Amino acid sequence: MLTEEQVRHVAKLARLSLTDEEVKKFSGQLSGVLEYVDILKEVDTEGVEITSQVTGLKNVMRKDEVVRGDAEREELLACSELEIDSNQVKVMNAIK
Amino acid sequence: MAGLNKLTISEAAKGLREGKFLCEDLMKDCLAGVKARNMEINAFVFVDEKMALSEAKAMDKRRKKGEDLGPLMGVPCAMKDIFNTRGVKTTCCSPMLKDFVPPYDATVVKRLRDAGMVMVGKTNMDEFACGASTEHSCFGVTKNPHDVSRVAGGSSGGSAAAVACDMCVYALGTDTGGSVRQPASLCGVVGMKVTYGRVSRSGVTAMASSWDTVGHFAKSVEDSAIILNAIAGHDDKDATTPDREVPDYTSFLGKGVKGLKIGLPKEYFGEGVEKEVSDVVKNVVKKLEGAGAKVVEVSLPMTKYAVAVYYVTMPAELSANLERFDGIRYGKKPSKSAPQDLVEYYFAARGEGFGSEIKRRIMIGTYVLSAGYYDAYYKKAQRVRTLIIKDFEKAFEKVDVLIAPVSPFPAFKVGEFVDDPLKMYMADALTIPVSAAGLPAIAVPAGMSVGGLPIGLQVIAPQFEEGRCFRVGEAVEKVQR
Repeated sequence: MLTEEQVRHVAKLARLSLTDEEVKKFSGQLSGVLEYVDILKEVDTEGVEITSQVTGLKNVMRKDEVVRGDAEREELLACSELEIDSNQVKVMNAIK
Repeated sequence: MAGLNKLTISEAAKGLREGKFLCEDLMKDCLAGVKARNMEINAFVFVDEKMALSEAKAMDKRRKKGEDLGPLMGVPCAMKDIFNTRGVKTTCCSPMLKDFVPPYDATVVKRLRDAGMVMVGKTNMDEFACGASTEHSCFGVTKNPHDVSRVAGGSSGGSAAAVACDMCVYALGTDTGGSVRQPASLCGVVGMKVTYGRVSRSGVTAMASSWDTVGHFAKSVEDSAIILNAIAGHDDKDATTPDREVPDYTSFLGKGVKGLKIGLPKEYFGEGVEKEVSDVVKNVVKKLEGAGAKVVEVSLPMTKYAVAVYYVTMPAELSANLERFDGIRYGKKPSKSAPQDLVEYYFAARGEGFGSEIKRRIMIGTYVLSAGYYDAYYKKAQRVRTLIIKDFEKAFEKVDVLIAPVSPFPAFKVGEFVDDPLKMYMADALTIPVSAAGLPAIAVPAGMSVGGLPIGLQVIAPQFEEGRCFRVGEAVEKVQR
């Protein structure tokens, strides 16, 4: 069972602001999902390899060449809602 | 010329080549289809008639000059709103991307454009492709064309409904755990999920990277083969696409099933699957047997663990992929509050920008990846995934393809599962295992329920054997005629 306090902690790790109502709802729903996936404990996986890539490709490299993108710099900058200064996106201070 | 929108790709291509009608006529009829039912169905979230018609006219001009780009030239297509389309809003049906206009086309969009595609518009989906009902969309739910009190399935529900209502001739979608096959089955159209890596995902917003594939919807299996011919193959921009030959997928058509071995996985016809659904599928299989196929029962004992594997690994990968939506690199800046520092800014942007299902999955993913739980959940799930893959490998030693139902039940009511995530997750219980193993599978209509709802089956093949899906899928259509 995930307590509301645990839910708040996970939300903090995920940088998500949640309302009190969401915290309450998620505490129940996430517990349900976690209880359900516990079914995996039944399976004996001793000595079984993990799968993270299903077609067996490994260390795929591209050619070491500069490739021109499809979009112009101005188009890319226009995607941001934030203030643009000298072709850079202005954000809040990271260090105070 | 009314009703051209009802044509298949191959029929439309023939008419266009022979000059029986123009691409403009075809597009007008598709737009008439949109006008007739989109208010009620909500399949499209964006249609610009002027743009669609001018694309169509431009294609007519090129044809007049003698250009022939192949069977897709001038055939109207709908795009799930997850595919980046240059200059056309691409929202993933999330408040987070409400105003995002991509400055480039996804690789698949580019390839279809090279093949002469003209676009009707962008279709509805569950936010960031997370859902099985298209109810988790900031644009509202897509209704099932066969019964508007029911869902169209998801997450590519808009694309499936658009094809079913003849608002377009074909459509693109994405299938991570069943998001093409399930809505295709619920709406009564053909839906193709390719081998992991067969089609490039560059320019498609990522959900769960070790699962995501680009799929498509069509009105016939032949059409599906034609579409895959245009989009399959290696792309430098997606490292998971192997440099592997792309056969002419239409060459697998017309061969019948004589001598072919079909396996029926018994776990897909058992507990949790409605009897009506198994009966309809088994009835078609019997007809395939009559057409010369050999049918044997096989067992995939790990099937019941697949949903759990998915709901550990998918949220984990999703939470990592959605990290970039922070209101700076991607996504909207917060508007409801005035954050005092950068961290508050992130919290506010993400809190405002994501809907509840996304938050739920990010929370699950963050939890299973957090210190102390990584081995117990994520790695454990990845090991069980290996065992699921081995199940299929063993089955394919004995049979050429597997046939199973797509969804355990026909279309459910709008609102039925929306606050019960676990029940909703079960809608994909029969499609997730196939995705876990990265296999190709095609969903083909198999019949109707007593209540008049479509029921689909899936033809599952070994990796990169899409040709077998088309060969058997076409036979499934034929034996029902």
